[in-house]
Amino acid sequence: MATNPMHQFNVYRIGPEIKIDQIDISFTNASLFMVISSLVILIVFNLGSLKKRIVPGKMQLLAELSYSFISKMINDTAGSKGKPYFSFIFSLFMFVLFCNMLGMLPYAFTVTSHIIVTFVLAAFIFIGVTIIGFIKHGLGYLKLFVPSGVPIVLLPLIVIIEIISYLSRPISLSVRLFANMMAGHTMMKVFGGFVISLGLVGGWLPLSFSVALTGLEILVAFLQAYVFAILTCIYLNDALNLHH
Amino acid sequence: MHKRLVLYLFILSLTFFTNVNGAESEGMPQLNPEFWVSQIFWLILTFGSLFIILSKFVLPKISNNLEMRKSQILENIETAEKQKIESENKIKEYETLINNSKNEARNYFNEARKKIIQDIDQKREKIEKDINQEIQNAEKEIIELKKSSPEKINKIATETSIHLIKQLIGEEINNSSISAIVEDLSRKNKEKNYGN
Repeated sequence: MATNPMHQFNVYRIGPEIKIDQIDISFTNASLFMVISSLVILIVFNLGSLKKRIVPGKMQLLAELSYSFISKMINDTAGSKGKPYFSFIFSLFMFVLFCNMLGMLPYAFTVTSHIIVTFVLAAFIFIGVTIIGFIKHGLGYLKLFVPSGVPIVLLPLIVIIEIISYLSRPISLSVRLFANMMAGHTMMKVFGGFVISLGLVGGWLPLSFSVALTGLEILVAFLQAYVFAILTCIYLNDALNLHH
Repeated sequence: MHKRLVLYLFILSLTFFTNVNGAESEGMPQLNPEFWVSQIFWLILTFGSLFIILSKFVLPKISNNLEMRKSQILENIETAEKQKIESENKIKEYETLINNSKNEARNYFNEARKKIIQDIDQKREKIEKDINQEIQNAEKEIIELKKSSPEKINKIATETSIHLIKQLIGEEINNSSISAIVEDLSRKNKEKNYGN
């Protein structure tokens, strides 16, 4: 059923079935769009770094602006200690951004609208940040759960709340991105379905809505990638500079 | 008008519910674990290779570019400042040179003028001396001539008159008497000519 708004999120196999020890790792449309967005990122930034001109061209300017944008973001949130993690956060931001943006193309598949993808990314960040925290501060990293200036009576409750909030980080991070992308694309599909079913007579209202939604979704695509990257920076900041 | 709006809203809600029912029937494909492992595998593969290529090859180039530009701009500013100072020094040098040469030229001019004036003065003095001497000589000569001229005239007059008389009358007349007459006449003429 083409009008089913959830149909666009279906994952299906492209090409032959690949199995390693009964585990299916076939190439799917999701994999295709992961590869496409990675290739687009590499092409754009390779073109942007090929020519070394003092006065940059369009591609060079794009690459250099993104570079300084993310380096400023890391510097503002995690300080100068966050510099070694620049290339990871840059890749993360660009990957999420390009997956979101390519998903806006008609008939395209949105990689980030699948909870498993965002959850793997978020879990990787969570585990990595926790390991960095323990390496940098040893067991002193556990002080993160004990905020200073809290009355002793309240302390057990606060510690429990802090631990829960810390453990829910990967879930909130992944669900935020996945839910935003899925809801936006579903909304667009639903309004697109209205245009078809109401036809020439009444289809104009949902069509104009659909146009407005497209603009909103492009904004959301950028914003969610930004939020994903900046939250990673904030978690990294907690691990690098223990403030509590 | 109201009827049409109500009808429109009814159709809108109807289509909405049919769409939502369609979604319900199939459920969320995101929660179907059939391709989860495949997605995780390809995510790790693509994102990992993207991260490695970006961090090893692409990002260093961009950061190099940025730093190169920064350092080059700083260098350019430095050289520009250096050149500015140099040019200011050159301008000062040039001005001093011009002033010196102006002074020299003025000195030369003054010297030359002095020399010329001296020369002119010397020559003028010489010439004036010469002229004065010549004037004096000429005056002397004139005075002498003045002194001697009446006597000579008288002599010539007596001689001519003797000759004239001789030819007219054919007789020789006493020299002294004729000269006396001539002197007398010339004295009268002199009084006429020079007398005040």
